[in-house]
Amino acid sequence: MVKSGTIILNTAARFLMPLQLLFSVFLLLRGHDEPGGGFIAGLVAAGGFTLYLFAFGVSATKEVLRMVDPRDLIGLGLLLGMISVVPAWFMGQPFLTAQWWTIPGIEFKASTPLIFDIGVYLAVLGSVMGMVMWLMEVDKDEP
Amino acid sequence: MQFAVLMGFVLAAASPLLHRWFADRTSLVLALFPALLAAWLFSQAPLVVEQGTLLFEWAWVPSLGISLSFLLDGLSLLFALLITVIGTCVLVYAGSYLKGHSGLVRFHIALIAFMVSMLGLVMADGLLTLFIFWELTSVTSYLLIGFNHNDIEARKSARQGLFVTFGGGLALMAGLTLLGVASGSWSLAEIRAMEGDLREHALYTPMLLCLLLGAFTKSAQFPFHFWLPNAMAAPTPVSAYLHSATMVKAGIYLLARLHSELGGTPLWVGLLSVVGAFTMLTGAFLAIQHTNIKKLLAYSTIMALGTLTMLLGVGSEYALTAFVTFLLAHSLYKGALFMVAGILDHETGTKDVTAMGGLRPLMPVTAVIAMVAALSLAGVPPLFGFIGKELMLEAVTGAERFSLLMTLFAFVAACLTIAVAAIIALRPFFGKRHQTPRVPHEAPLGMLVGPALLAVSSLALGIVPAVLGGNALLSAAAGAVGSAPVEVTLSLWYGINVPLIMSLVSLGVGYWLFTRWDGLRARLAVLAPVMRRGPEAGYEAGLNAIVRFAEWQTRVLQNGYMRNYIMVMLLILVALIGNSILVRHSPILAFEFDVRFHEAMVVGTMAMGALFATIARSRLGAVVSVGIMGFSIALTFILFSAPDLGITQLLVETLTVILLVLVLFRLPRFSSLSTGLERVRDGAVAASVGTLMCLLILTGWSIEQFEPISTYMVENSAPLAHGRNIVNVILVDYRALDTLGEMFVLALAAVGVIAMLKLRHAGSEKGADKQSGDKSGGDKQGGARKTIDQEGITQEARHG
Repeated sequence: MVKSGTIILNTAARFLMPLQLLFSVFLLLRGHDEPGGGFIAGLVAAGGFTLYLFAFGVSATKEVLRMVDPRDLIGLGLLLGMISVVPAWFMGQPFLTAQWWTIPGIEFKASTPLIFDIGVYLAVLGSVMGMVMWLMEVDKDEP
Repeated sequence: MQFAVLMGFVLAAASPLLHRWFADRTSLVLALFPALLAAWLFSQAPLVVEQGTLLFEWAWVPSLGISLSFLLDGLSLLFALLITVIGTCVLVYAGSYLKGHSGLVRFHIALIAFMVSMLGLVMADGLLTLFIFWELTSVTSYLLIGFNHNDIEARKSARQGLFVTFGGGLALMAGLTLLGVASGSWSLAEIRAMEGDLREHALYTPMLLCLLLGAFTKSAQFPFHFWLPNAMAAPTPVSAYLHSATMVKAGIYLLARLHSELGGTPLWVGLLSVVGAFTMLTGAFLAIQHTNIKKLLAYSTIMALGTLTMLLGVGSEYALTAFVTFLLAHSLYKGALFMVAGILDHETGTKDVTAMGGLRPLMPVTAVIAMVAALSLAGVPPLFGFIGKELMLEAVTGAERFSLLMTLFAFVAACLTIAVAAIIALRPFFGKRHQTPRVPHEAPLGMLVGPALLAVSSLALGIVPAVLGGNALLSAAAGAVGSAPVEVTLSLWYGINVPLIMSLVSLGVGYWLFTRWDGLRARLAVLAPVMRRGPEAGYEAGLNAIVRFAEWQTRVLQNGYMRNYIMVMLLILVALIGNSILVRHSPILAFEFDVRFHEAMVVGTMAMGALFATIARSRLGAVVSVGIMGFSIALTFILFSAPDLGITQLLVETLTVILLVLVLFRLPRFSSLSTGLERVRDGAVAASVGTLMCLLILTGWSIEQFEPISTYMVENSAPLAHGRNIVNVILVDYRALDTLGEMFVLALAAVGVIAMLKLRHAGSEKGADKQSGDKSGGDKQGGARKTIDQEGITQEARHG
């Protein structure tokens, strides 16, 4: 179905994708205090890639992703989710208790919920991207 | 201690890496792990003897009273020492036995994982922790029985072992839950320290029956004994370790653990004594019909497991002493004998004892080990097995109930066991040399160290029972099983008494049976048709019935039309909610009708979208209409100040439309539309679902039974969770466990989609199947996201 799109779509996608990715990271990081969060950010990022995918096709998108298979993203996301659960044990607190650390200098609040949220982000991004890309690949094979 | 067990799992995962560095010596390196643990356990022994119970606490979910706590008392210590010491021997042995085998890496992973699971099982304090480790041992046992997975018999046996032990595991879970409910505590140590008697609790009988079912299946008691001989399809180190020394004793461990709380009632005494005695006799009787050396040993293990169960049924101080002694003795000699059997198999290439003979000059060390271990099995002084058997007979003759029955069974079983011991120790090593598939010579050192160590222990403990503080350890163990401290002082000589006379007579009878073994086997072959109708046939029939039932209900329910699935689900929903809201309660419709113009517009758009979706003549049109409805919903969220939900809804809607378009694009145009009657039916179902949901929400809105949790969440979001966005705080902090689960659901859905799409490529499937596959795949992932959505909505609604 995908014949690479029109000039307008191509040009727009080229500019919009990086912006959307940047925006998704912004949403991810501010999610704890303002509207946003890993789930929404993951969807935004997936939207960016999907746009690019529609404009340039599967193989071009794969090049942009640089060998990162969506399946790996899902795995990495789940792994991060699991890892963020553990630090509480070492502090002698029950499993899943949130841990907060302030990184001195830049006053950035790092925490296990943030790690967890990044995990959600990656899992959502990986799942959606995977499904869209696999469907498109199937399309391509169609006679 | 928890750390050691968790590290064990890490070690299991890392063992392929070790294999890369150490190649053939990996087993030896890995053996250091149980060896170190054993050393640590020995160092704790004086403390345990002195204090009784050591507790290692580690909070897990304190709000539910669930913790990863371990306890170490005499009983746990005895089991843990057996697991680590025999584990060390088995690992060293396996390194030689499986040398050069391509599956060695796999073997190490499963064996180490089993070892730590078993350690966790015998040291678990929490009932649920115990259950989890229990099931883990079943899983690892399954992997190890099916080690030679190219062999169909091995696969079948592995599955059988898994089904039987998992079936019992289900009963065990019910039993442990009942125990937790009845006692009000999920900690074994607390239950033990508790006032009040569980035996008088109303739930006692169902609880006990469930627990016994779990223990009996795991420990191969009659009529569940059949899986154990089949499990001999595993490599011999596994049989030595799991299926004689440790895993099959997990059920026995559970019974011993619960003995002081639940034991002593007529039900307990009756069931354990009779089932135990019958298992003992069955095992011994079936053993002598086999010529396969591993089957001989397996049935004799069943006999030993029956004996242990029976002794717990008797439950007197004598019986408990006999229990711990027999347990230790059996693990030592049976572990050694299995390893000897492995050596014989390895060197001669056959497992059939009648095909071996005259091996003593060729394998002198093996012969000596076999002799010592077999003497212990037969219960000949001065070996440790003798003490165990003496105490067992003493306990049985002095039992309050079923004494005569048990004494008779024990005597017959003892005679048969002596015959078995003679078959194993004499048949392969003496007599005429037979031609064997391989030319035998003495086993390599690695395969001799383990069994030699175990055989020497049997001898040493027999001659000087106090060696290594054996008395103190066994006293602590017996004390942990009983409710009062037990003083164990073992010796070889208790004077001339009934057990001694019985022992001597049984030795004679047993040897006589051995000399007549070949003729006896031929005569017993007459029984073969009866044997085929044993419990195993019942298992097969049950399995077939389940498969047939599954086939039938799949044909009926899974007819392949998604519209039917959805219709069934919706109708069930209508029936359940309708019953609850209309029949059992009455709907409440108290709300103020205060709608502003722009709100009405949004609702109107939503309704239009829904309407157009139903009458659209092309799929694309329908998708777009549904999209319009979705965007209107997003708009509603934004109007009622729930920006997070609004954004999520918008994004999900966008992606859903994209995915649907990708899928639908390749479907043909609508060719057959629903008939008028079908439309009426569908409309009625849809309308009733919509009406009911509406009633439900309105009713739920006006009833407030509990104080809403959202108050707590709103108040604590900033101070405790350091976040002002409550929706996000709920997702990543308050309810992080739910979100974690949902992440897994999402990942599974993605895996499902890829499986269906990629399988198509390899595919021999037909076009129609593919398309329906795609469709339900798309729906599944939509469903996964919807779950998160809907939860967000309800949470928003609660604190909104």
